[in-house]
Amino acid sequence: MPRGYIPILIFLVLAFAFPVVTILVAKLVRPSAPGKTKLEAYECGIPSDADTRGRYSIRFYLVAILFVVFDVETIFLIPWAIQYNVLGLFGLIEMLVFLAILIVGYIWIFRQGALKWV
Amino acid sequence: MQLDSILFYLFAVQILFSALMTITRRNVVYSAVWLISTLVGVAGIYLLQGAEFLAGVQIILYIGGITVLFLFVIMLVPVSEESKQRRFSSQLWIVLIVAVLLTGELGYFLWQGADSFQMGEPTPPAEIGTVTTNSEQIGQVLFSEYLLPFELASILLLVAMIGAVVMAKARPGAE
Amino acid sequence: MDPLFTWTDFFVLKPAILLSLFGCGILLTDFLLKQGRWNALTALVGEGFVAVALWQHCEDVAANGQRFALGGSMAVDGFSVFFNYIFVVSAILAIIIASRYMDDEKSNRGEFYGLMLFAQAGMTVMAQGYELVTLFIGLELMALSFYVMVGFLRNELRSNEAAMKYLILGALSSGFLAYGFSIFYGISGSTNLAAIADAVAGREISDPVLLIALVTTSVGLFFKISVVPFHMWAPDAYEGAPTPITAYVSVASKAASFAMMMRIFLVPLVSVQELWMPLFGAVALLTMTLGNIAALTQNNLKRLLAYSSISHAGYILLGLAAGNETGLKGISLYILVYIFMNFGVFALISAMRREGHAAEDIDDLNGLMHRHPGYAILMLVLLLSLAGIPPMAGFYGKYFIFLGLLEAGSYLLAIAGALYVAVSAYYYFRIVRAMFLSESLEPAVIAPGLGTKIALVASAVFTLLIGLYPEPFINMATDSILLALR
Repeated sequence: MPRGYIPILIFLVLAFAFPVVTILVAKLVRPSAPGKTKLEAYECGIPSDADTRGRYSIRFYLVAILFVVFDVETIFLIPWAIQYNVLGLFGLIEMLVFLAILIVGYIWIFRQGALKWV
Repeated sequence: MQLDSILFYLFAVQILFSALMTITRRNVVYSAVWLISTLVGVAGIYLLQGAEFLAGVQIILYIGGITVLFLFVIMLVPVSEESKQRRFSSQLWIVLIVAVLLTGELGYFLWQGADSFQMGEPTPPAEIGTVTTNSEQIGQVLFSEYLLPFELASILLLVAMIGAVVMAKARPGAE
Repeated sequence: MDPLFTWTDFFVLKPAILLSLFGCGILLTDFLLKQGRWNALTALVGEGFVAVALWQHCEDVAANGQRFALGGSMAVDGFSVFFNYIFVVSAILAIIIASRYMDDEKSNRGEFYGLMLFAQAGMTVMAQGYELVTLFIGLELMALSFYVMVGFLRNELRSNEAAMKYLILGALSSGFLAYGFSIFYGISGSTNLAAIADAVAGREISDPVLLIALVTTSVGLFFKISVVPFHMWAPDAYEGAPTPITAYVSVASKAASFAMMMRIFLVPLVSVQELWMPLFGAVALLTMTLGNIAALTQNNLKRLLAYSSISHAGYILLGLAAGNETGLKGISLYILVYIFMNFGVFALISAMRREGHAAEDIDDLNGLMHRHPGYAILMLVLLLSLAGIPPMAGFYGKYFIFLGLLEAGSYLLAIAGALYVAVSAYYYFRIVRAMFLSESLEPAVIAPGLGTKIALVASAVFTLLIGLYPEPFINMATDSILLALR
């Protein structure tokens, strides 16, 4: 692994350790007195009368999949941006062609009204 | 190096365990979350190999995009009914055959050792020697040697967009 | 450093660039034109430009032979020109049939034609590609466009189901293919086919790595050409898709996949021919058996033609199993003939309607001879050709493939193939019997648009023409093989 990533590794370990340690410590320190009333909805809560997992509108899916498509597009920008100085004008033109094709798609989606939310 | 080996085994155990959890959970949402853990492990392996760009793609795209998409799909279909039923059992034989074949293949090459799996030397283009990091190398080849697949990929993405809208958008006049 | 993009590169890429440009153009002008038939017209103009570009390719090949562009990732040769022409012809036929059919289904929309052109751009890349990544992306571009087009009739449940099955199995097969390709990259360190050819030639033929790469690549491609045991998606996808797309998938996508298969197996893998020829022979035999027998009992015309198309893929694969020049020539000729005979039959099916729905059963053809003798006779020509009966064109494709098998000494395969011709004749004649002998009390309405009529007549005429005067077409097929692969 490149050396530069070791701080990230340490950070990850700390991030994992933090919840584990706090939960364990809390479990040791707190008094344990479980009761049925504690699990009920509190004064201002409303008792639920349906399954939480209802059906969502298909529009969410459309937005999510368009997000993935544009996400892929963004990924392609990264290596170009890093090498911008080396690639020069030719790289810029390539990237513009790449983006132009996707912008056609964007215009098409927009004109189709696929992004309307009514 | 010692640290690399330790990290490799850590990630490997994480991947295997999470993958097993992914395919054994009855609740699909749990499966999706375990899948995220699997993908993080894979990103770690990429990083160990020095493929930092792939690791980034893995995290941004697979975890940030595709798993989120999975969760959306899970929410779109009422799963509670289907998840109680035992499904795909008719394909068990095919699954077994494929699994045995793959295990056999893996076992054969492990048994024969590294010599039986000789790989060729990659022939990178000349200009790649001047850059060092993985992302820079990818930038270099993507915009020179693999220029055509790169531009084709944008048309591929365009078709994917059209496909998503054609399939998922309610049409005026339909229904 | 060399200039990265030269005029030669542009010249080689021209068909793909034109197709992409017109595809994007249709998406942008769709809102101005409002009517589906204008989009069809734009697409046809695009095809015209591509045909001109291919003509230039043709002249260039005659003058300079094989040429490469973009560092060897795309090629222009007789092979690519031949297959590109096949794609152009089938796209034109599909567009003129689709214009009326999609109107009837109330789904005549711009993106449909855009997708057709994008799919064709993918096919062009598959026929011209000389490098694994390019080939793979070309294949994916084609496949993705087809998934959408197969499921284009959103209000038809069958169409949605077809698209789903096609998508899932298609994605699986792409996985196999990518696995095989990655091993090829592993053993050669390059994605260029010529470099892979050197690496493969330098290896022992018994090398297990090679075997795995070969088998996974074949499996991936077997899915695309829908041969047994990887054919499960085809009948459902063919039945559910809009009829013009069924024709387009069964002809063009199959042709493109065969083109890619021939490139991969005849350039990098030619040195291990002993390894894959028996595999292809066995798969072809299985395919012809299952395709022909399953077709016997079908009542839905599109389903019947799907099984018939599976068995045709088996015959074409036999040409690769023969592996010699005659067999390969047979493949090219067979695919060329197959466009016309298949598109003609689908053109008529697309025009049949019953109470506002597409009519697709054999019974719907009952008594066609009494009502529309002209159509019945055209259909007879096409069906005889599909069965491979001389003097129709379908005979010559089979003839060269069998001849190739005999030259290669595979007598068993040749005999089996000839026997299955007899089996296939039975189900084609079921259709003929329905048209000529059965009576129908409530006939399906047959109202082809102008485009469909042209497609039907042109297909039948070419089927007869190639059958009666095959020399120029045989020469074309020969050129396509000689200039490229050996």
